[in-house]
Amino acid sequence: MSTIVWIIFAAAIMTFLTRIGGHLVLSRFERIHYRVEAGLNAVPAAVLTTLVAPPAFTNGWQEFATLLFSGLIATRFSMMPMFFSGAAFIILLRHFFPI
Amino acid sequence: MDQAVSAETAGRPRGDFWEGFRKGLPIMVASAPFGLLFGAVAVDNGFTVFEAVLMSATLYAGASQMVGLELFGQKIAPWLIVLSIFAVNFRHVLYSASVGRRIRHFTFWQKVVSFFLLVDPQYAETEKRGEAGLPVTFAWYLGLATPVYVMWVSEAFIGGVFGNLISNPHAIGLDVLLPIYFLGLVMGFRSRPRWLPVVITSGVASVLAYNTVGSPWHVSIGAIAGILVAAVLAKPANSEEN
Repeated sequence: MSTIVWIIFAAAIMTFLTRIGGHLVLSRFERIHYRVEAGLNAVPAAVLTTLVAPPAFTNGWQEFATLLFSGLIATRFSMMPMFFSGAAFIILLRHFFPI
Repeated sequence: MDQAVSAETAGRPRGDFWEGFRKGLPIMVASAPFGLLFGAVAVDNGFTVFEAVLMSATLYAGASQMVGLELFGQKIAPWLIVLSIFAVNFRHVLYSASVGRRIRHFTFWQKVVSFFLLVDPQYAETEKRGEAGLPVTFAWYLGLATPVYVMWVSEAFIGGVFGNLISNPHAIGLDVLLPIYFLGLVMGFRSRPRWLPVVITSGVASVLAYNTVGSPWHVSIGAIAGILVAAVLAKPANSEEN
């Protein structure tokens, strides 16, 4: 088997462990402390923000402007209009202001 | 309605499946560009179409699959690639703990399948349903995951076969679509307690980590910073919902 296939299998096992591990470890506790609870509730926003902030602030102004625009659209509209208007925005910016 | 009918309606697996399935459709559409992009970039980085499909089918973890491709393209040691994928997916430990509380009533194998399918939007929708007080059944959960998973795997194939047709991915903004999608998810959580301090902290910490420690650790470092802020700012029970 190729190196790629071995990487895929190892990564698949590690990924499954992250998905079942939290439950296996945390379900041992009868009651969850309120700070742990608050931390758990903050997980999605905290993690997903880390996938947005670096692309927004470490690329060009076009990327920053696109994410700022998309964020503003998201305060008024749902996911799909926000996603497609954001996509249209970056395509237009890159068309008129090529690097 | 008589009692027999309402009891039947309460646990109707088929109805629950299709209810979940409908919720899965927008997620399927939103993830389609990334599934196709993954297949295209994978083949571009030296994967066969079979390997691209295998990765989508066994990992089923978009962002980490992209990270894996990027590092593979840079000829980085295999163990480091696996470790980086693990780092990107480490957030699932916390999803797992959280969703585990909602699916206590599942059987062992139902849990195994459910945790395998626990991707970001699956987590978000399950939490939303649980918080709304609606029952999280296995049929509903599987219905939600089915269109997303089936299409994700198919897109790796389609993207791999037709990837070479995209002549200029930069011009059509392919690299920015993923952050836009993640931003949409972040904004969807804005009614949660302590959302703003969490987002600001994670944002600042991830940018700092990105510029110092480097990718992919900015994900774990930024996330932990935001989670700690949420834990520190939390007040003891009663003042908040359940």
